[in-house]
Amino acid sequence: MSINPDTFKTNHLPTWCPGCGNFGIWLALKNALAELGIGTDDGVCVYGVGCHGNMYDWMKIYGVAALHGRTLPVAQGLKAANPALPVMVISGDGDGLGEGGNHFINAAKRNADISVFIHDNQVYGLTTGQASPTANIGFKTKSTPEGVIDEPLNPLALAITAGATFVARGFSGDIPGLTALMKAAIEHKGFSVVDILQPCVTFDKIHTYAWYRQRLYNMETPDTKIKALELAMEWGDKIPVGIFYKEERQSPKEESAKPVNLDELLAEFI
Amino acid sequence: MNSVTIKIGGEAGFGIITAGTMLSKTFARLGYYTFVTNEYPSLIRGGHNVVTVRISTEKFASMNRDLHILVALNKQTIDLHKEELSKDAITINEPAMNNTMAIGAVLAVLGIPLEALHSVIKDQFSKKGDDIVNANIEAAKKGYDTTAKKNSFPLEKIEKKEDQLLLNASEATGMGAARAELKFAAIYPMTPINALITFLADHVKQLQLTYIQPEDEIAGINMAIGASLGGVRSMVATSGGGFALMVEGLSWAGMIEAPLVIDLGMRPGPSTGMPTYSEQGELQFVIHAGHGEFPRIVLAPATAEEAYQLTIDAFNLADRYQVPVFILTDKYINESTWCVPKSVFSKAVIVDRGKIRKDIPTDGSFKRYDLSVTDGISSRSFPGQKGGFYIANSYEHDEVGYMTDKAESRVAMANKRIKKFEAMKKDMMPPQVFGDTDAEITFVTWGSTRGPVLDAMKLLPKKSRLVHYSWLYPFPAEETIKLLSPATRIIDVEQNATGQLASLIREHTGIFIKEKLLKYDGRPFFLEEIVEYVNKS
Repeated sequence: MSINPDTFKTNHLPTWCPGCGNFGIWLALKNALAELGIGTDDGVCVYGVGCHGNMYDWMKIYGVAALHGRTLPVAQGLKAANPALPVMVISGDGDGLGEGGNHFINAAKRNADISVFIHDNQVYGLTTGQASPTANIGFKTKSTPEGVIDEPLNPLALAITAGATFVARGFSGDIPGLTALMKAAIEHKGFSVVDILQPCVTFDKIHTYAWYRQRLYNMETPDTKIKALELAMEWGDKIPVGIFYKEERQSPKEESAKPVNLDELLAEFI
Repeated sequence: MNSVTIKIGGEAGFGIITAGTMLSKTFARLGYYTFVTNEYPSLIRGGHNVVTVRISTEKFASMNRDLHILVALNKQTIDLHKEELSKDAITINEPAMNNTMAIGAVLAVLGIPLEALHSVIKDQFSKKGDDIVNANIEAAKKGYDTTAKKNSFPLEKIEKKEDQLLLNASEATGMGAARAELKFAAIYPMTPINALITFLADHVKQLQLTYIQPEDEIAGINMAIGASLGGVRSMVATSGGGFALMVEGLSWAGMIEAPLVIDLGMRPGPSTGMPTYSEQGELQFVIHAGHGEFPRIVLAPATAEEAYQLTIDAFNLADRYQVPVFILTDKYINESTWCVPKSVFSKAVIVDRGKIRKDIPTDGSFKRYDLSVTDGISSRSFPGQKGGFYIANSYEHDEVGYMTDKAESRVAMANKRIKKFEAMKKDMMPPQVFGDTDAEITFVTWGSTRGPVLDAMKLLPKKSRLVHYSWLYPFPAEETIKLLSPATRIIDVEQNATGQLASLIREHTGIFIKEKLLKYDGRPFFLEEIVEYVNKS
């Protein structure tokens, strides 16, 4: 039986709001896995806590529903235990960049061979609409009634400077484009990040599908890190999507399991 | 004499700790039993360092307070430690003496031929070249020849029986972990478990394991749980403050039933406390840590040898019951150098990975959290394994791992987890009992206070007995009631301010121990303190 997007069907139906950006990300992920031949038993997805994280119930692939913010350490442990296993992280902007911000920086620094998909919608949907670390200045939410006053985190610039070797941005409203980015990220050897712009139809009436569609444009991957950073800083009337940065760099070397001979070490202590 | 206790003191950076290690190695290679403790502030240079070495022809369990020889490499050593000198103690404080000269002088005082030291000097300095080796042999000879107190404390000769390893309990924990086929460790540096990091990091290739230095303890425990879910044995190590950060992850391991071994090296708290000193302050913390209710196991070694054995047990218990298992160590055992027969580490061990499903049917019938198991322990599968699909879910879940908040599902899954308490009780070892059955005094200890109490018991005029706990939780209530109910005088000896074991005993048995000998100044118990306490009371 060949692997196709229906391979991942479970008896649970999505509980996301109608029109939620998570649907597009979910569809693109299933497409990407199917096209790469990664089926139910062939890989593992690690989910954070947030609206995005509820995906595990309707995604039939080995799953780890981690604690809020802790997806990346768990994923690195899984990868170390089984280096042949594709390890995908389904995270959110609050989960991965707020609670898990330090883990994000350090996983990138280590260039751990895992793929991270950030559901980036500027709000905490599951807790009914507070500002996330990527929320734009002026954005009014339940936790920022006067509008956000601090700078938003830039996941792309953060990933590039911290040492990630594949950094991309996609849009949940462009399923074919997002599928291609997710496939490239999973195939990349090293720490790959796809920041996925996603409307929250319930708690964000500003950053709608239309808002994004008016601004997004596909760009060519620049040839230097500095140019990648410049593009990563572009936000406003025009917002670039695509692969910002890509580099081949060795991931932490994993040792394969062989029998231990402790007896040979004992002489060191006599 | 058949036992001698020597203290060497000087400024930090003078090689004080090295001198103690070399001295102990020299005597261990001759067949003596040795033990080395150290005391140092949380600094790298400057400050006062002391190392104490006990050497004996007989086996012993702890360090003396009262010194026979004091080697002072600076004046401060005499000022600070003169109170500790026993009657007729010898002081070595020749001017311009360095650490190697001091070792030579000690050998002369003890009447041991200097040649015994040569192989130790070679092993210690060979990496720095022959010139350094020869200069140190010369320095040792100078110290040996110039001391005026030659043969003034003659040590009885001994026949060497077998090779002995000199190592601390962190290194022994590392060896136990390696013997138990550890494959992954994520350990953020913290005193007093740093020697475990060094042991693992030095041997990643030989032992075929992955060591990662995580960004913090939160990452450490989540990485280790990830590796455990991935199918390998994994561990973390930390002290109380680092474990405080791990508590959230511990609770997650409890929820998803992930095997995990945690080495918690205790030091005086609260907060940063006294990082380079010792305490037994975390017993109640590890028993109660974590939000929600889930089973766990707590073990506490008293020595390096026991740390090795309990670490192997810890990995088997973690896999067998799919629970977190604690090894509660402390600064005293983790940074003291113990002398352990080599044969202890050479014995074959059992590696029991517990219920791991092989050949899973691919019809989708596998249930990771199968509720039909009577002992609460269901079979594991690992990502990548055909037919083993499940979700390791932080939320309450059903038998496959799908989230649920149905009342009956919640109760069934909570019961499955809690049932493991009963199952694991059959594996728990009862308290260790030493001494006379018709004793006047019954001591109660756990972890590293066992040694000083055992040594003190030999010197007490009254008949005494010790009930010692290495396996602390689930607490052996029935055995404790049998052992303690008939006792007329019970003395709880702990290195903390509140008597945490005494509280545990009362909680589980109703037995109230009112007499407590507690020490919480960061320094380990000396046998003399226990003898003096009993003789005064």
